[in-house]
This record gives sequence, C-alpha cells and structure tokens, in this order.
Amino acid sequence: MSILVYAETKDGKGTKSAFEAVSYAKKTSESFGGDVVAVTVGAINGDAGLGNYGASKVLNAAVESADGSQIAKIIEAAMSQTGATLLIASNDEKGKAVAPRAAVRLKAGFVAGVSGLPSVDAGFIVKKGVFSGKATATVKVEGDKKVVSIVPNSFGVHPVGGEAVVEQISVDAGMSRVIVKESNPTSMDGSIPLPEADLVVSAGRGMKGPENWGMIEELARELGAATACSRPVSDIGWRPHHEHVGQTGIAIRPTLYIAIGISGAIQHLAGVNSSKVIVVINKDPEAPFFKAADYGIIGDAFDVVPKLIEAVKAFKAN
Amino acid sequence: MKILVCISKAPDTTSRIAFTEGDTKFDENGVQFIVNPYDEWYALVRGLELKEAAGGSVTTVTVGGADNDPVIRKALAIGADSAVRIEADPSDAFDVANQIADYAKDQGFDLILTGKETINYNSGVMGALIAEMLDLPYVALATKLDMQGNTATITREVSGGSEVVEVSTPLVLSASKGMAEQRIPNMRGIMAARSKPLEVVQGVASVGHTTITSYALPPAKGDVTLVDPENVQELVNLLHTEAKVI
Repeated sequence: MSILVYAETKDGKGTKSAFEAVSYAKKTSESFGGDVVAVTVGAINGDAGLGNYGASKVLNAAVESADGSQIAKIIEAAMSQTGATLLIASNDEKGKAVAPRAAVRLKAGFVAGVSGLPSVDAGFIVKKGVFSGKATATVKVEGDKKVVSIVPNSFGVHPVGGEAVVEQISVDAGMSRVIVKESNPTSMDGSIPLPEADLVVSAGRGMKGPENWGMIEELARELGAATACSRPVSDIGWRPHHEHVGQTGIAIRPTLYIAIGISGAIQHLAGVNSSKVIVVINKDPEAPFFKAADYGIIGDAFDVVPKLIEAVKAFKAN
Repeated sequence: MKILVCISKAPDTTSRIAFTEGDTKFDENGVQFIVNPYDEWYALVRGLELKEAAGGSVTTVTVGGADNDPVIRKALAIGADSAVRIEADPSDAFDVANQIADYAKDQGFDLILTGKETINYNSGVMGALIAEMLDLPYVALATKLDMQGNTATITREVSGGSEVVEVSTPLVLSASKGMAEQRIPNMRGIMAARSKPLEVVQGVASVGHTTITSYALPPAKGDVTLVDPENVQELVNLLHTEAKVI
C-alpha cells in the first residue's frame, strides 16, 4: 500500500510546496504504513528532486499545461495503479484547483487546509484551522479513500536523502479547458513570493504614505524577507493587493513576522497569528498587536526601522 | 447570461469565537451573521456588474436552514434577481457542493461564482468541488473576469504572481480580492429584496465523509518581551539566540 502525493513541478523540479507535501507523506507513512509515491504532470528532470524528501517512486504523466480537471484524472489513474487509499497535496494555489477535483473523482473523504500530522490510532483524524486562524477543528475522515491538503509552510521541508524511481504513466486526460495566455510573475526582481516566505516584514498606515516604504523594503532585503501590508494600505493603493495579509487578504505562517505601524485589528491578526514569532513595532503602547506579539518595540517606525536595518547589517557582517 | 452565485453565511469578522456543548459546536450566542465577504464583495458584485453590462440574471444559492434567510435577503438587496435555498443540514464542504451541483446540473448556468473561501471554514474548495461534479472547467483565486460572448478572460493568482487564462462558458470560478468593489445596499434595494423570489428546494441525501468532532481555541500567547527603542541591537540578538529565527 502506498501514500500518493500530488507534487507540483516548475521547470522540471518540485516546488517548495511539493517537497513539503512529500515530507509530510513520508512522516505520515511511519504511522499509516506504505511507501510514498509522487505523481507529477509535465516534463521533469530526473526525479524532480522528490526522492530527496522521501518519495520512493515518481509517476510522471507527460501532459503539458494540464488544467485541474486533467490532473485529477491522472491522479485517479495513479491511485488505482498504486492501490493507494490516501492522497496528500498542498493546499497552495494549484492544490486548491486539483485536490477537490481528485476527491470528487475518488469519492473520498476530503479535508482541505490541514496542519499537523494525522492521527491514525482511532480512525483517521486531522486538525485544520477554522474561523480564519481564530480556532482549530479536529476532523474525523471516513470513506475508503481519503484526500488531505496541507497548509503551505505548516510542516516544512525535511530532506531525507535518496532518489526515486521514475515511471511514466499514460492517461487519457482529455484536453485542457483553461488556456494560459499570459504569465506575470510579481517577483521579477527575484524577491520572495509572500505565501512561501519564511521571513516577512509588514507595514501599515503608521508609515504615513507609500513614499516611505523604502525603509520597509530595505529591511526586508537585508533580512531576505518578503514584504506585506495591512488592509487599509492596500485598499488606498499604497501597496498592491497581493501584499494584503489578514482575514480578507491572504493568510501566512512565516517563522518571523515583523509588523511595523500596524495596530493589530482582529481581522489582521487572523491572517498572521500562525506565525512562529511576531515582532511588533508601534509608537502606540496600547496597540492591540502587542498582546499577540512575542517581541515588541514601543517607538516611532521612522526612528526604529533605520536603526534596525543597521543592526541587521551589523549582525550579518559578524 | 445566466449567473449563479454561491452565498454562505459567516460570523461577522469582528466576532468573538467561542464553542459550546463540550467544544463541539460554534457558540452563536451574540454573534452577528453576515454574507461571507468573498461571496458578497467579489463574486456577487462582479456577477451583478456582468449582468448589468450584458443582460441576463443573477441567482444566489445557499445550502442550509431558514436561519440563512436574513443573509440571503441581504444578497437580494445588493441586487441579485432571485435566490434559492437548498433545505439541508450539510455535513461538510463536499456535501454542500453536492447539493449545489445537484440543483445546478440542469439549470443551464453560464457562470457559477463562489468566493475564494469562507471565513469560518477557510477551505477554499467549493468551486473546484462543484466544477468536478458538473464536469466544468474551473479557475481558482480569480482577481479579474471579463466576458466576450462565451469566452471568459480571467486573471488568477498563482504562486509567485498571476496568470491570464481563457475559458469558454459554462465555467466555475472562485473570486478573490480585486474582482470588484463592495456595494452597500440602498433603501430601494432593501425594499425590493422583500418581494424578490426566494425559492426553497429540498436537498438530496448527504454524501459527506468527514465530521468535525471538536473545536479548540489557540493556546494563549505569553507576554510580549519589550525591547528598548534605543537598543534595537538587542532585538536582533533575541531573534538570533532566543527565538532562533534569523
């Protein structure tokens, strides 16, 4: 019996989310049993780097630019070929279009947005965040087949060394009905995409205007962090929408979240309170964000941030 | 163009979250319910804009009991032409999708729109489930939708950027921020909503395979460690030696 992982690839190599999903499956296999088989769609180089994270086999379907419907058909065929009863995928942008479709085809018990490993002692039980990070739910999954998609960055990537056997799988998946006309990376300059970032520097209305973001970007650059912002800042157009974190923006879970000039309304906290460590810099000692913070500096951003940049430079120099 | 918008009820974003019955049920006591923001601000409003530009109709669909009717009326007040409530007590997202797909399968909708996720369950899978059940193409996390005849040009969020895709109707999409601007219903809309049709149809048997057995609140956070603004170096030291994140 195997655990199947849908592994997204880019330029022939697994994405960070794919490595994370394989790592999660490898760890799950210790209690659930079985080996880890990854299914990939489109041309790959070698084993797409997936063996290093614990996949023993990669089933590759040579279908280029496949849409979610085609990928779901390929997954269904791979499940049947391997006899797997459990499918793991990332709940990233691509996974959201693929895992539910696969779950429907497999008539599976399906939980999206799981964090933490499943418990298999008394049935199959997982935990997921609900109420936008304000609570967690324990979910019992039934059905002969099960599909679980995991929150990006919630488990991490854990290389174990090794190489996977690659086999081709041939599936009549039909034609793509979603035709990509244009691709626009936001990170042309090589900066880090926010949902995948381990370190995030975020700023809010306390910055007074978009012209003052230079120091935020510089701090992010020095730390190797992505930049983010609060909702008011994206609503008034100081920063692009894709940087908005919070209940109605994107939810992130970096290891370090530095919030500068953000008061910490409950809606903002919902998007960031899964961060491992939160640092708050605000001149208002009553800002609610301090209650959710691990470290805080009560001070004016325009005074503190330049000093922090210098301190980070000095730290890196040592 | 015939548009279906999936509308879910959600607790107001400022709600205090608590649980009852041994942490197995959400405590609705004192909670104000709203239309799930992604469904309302983005999916519904863009649906209305497309109808206003090209003609057609906007119908909303909601799965659940009569306690959903106030939020359904709100969607009608914003401008939907009619509403359907599928009477069922769904066990999970899969079950909700199955109810909607069963209703929509012979209705001939050109567009089925959902919000990108609900703010209470945060799964973000409704659109994809419905699409597979109806064998329709699906685009997740759409920030822009333009129609030209039966061709939809859609901008969607992907890891590290965005893509522009073309899809022929009928199709399903989930709407994200940027798709439209929130509309506040006016008095005329609110009055009109009272007489708009809200059809109640019986749901089909449940197909859900998952059950929430309990809820938990996150562990309380310890006290914040304050660092002197004159000694910012100390923060960097703490992040390196104590928190070990840099």
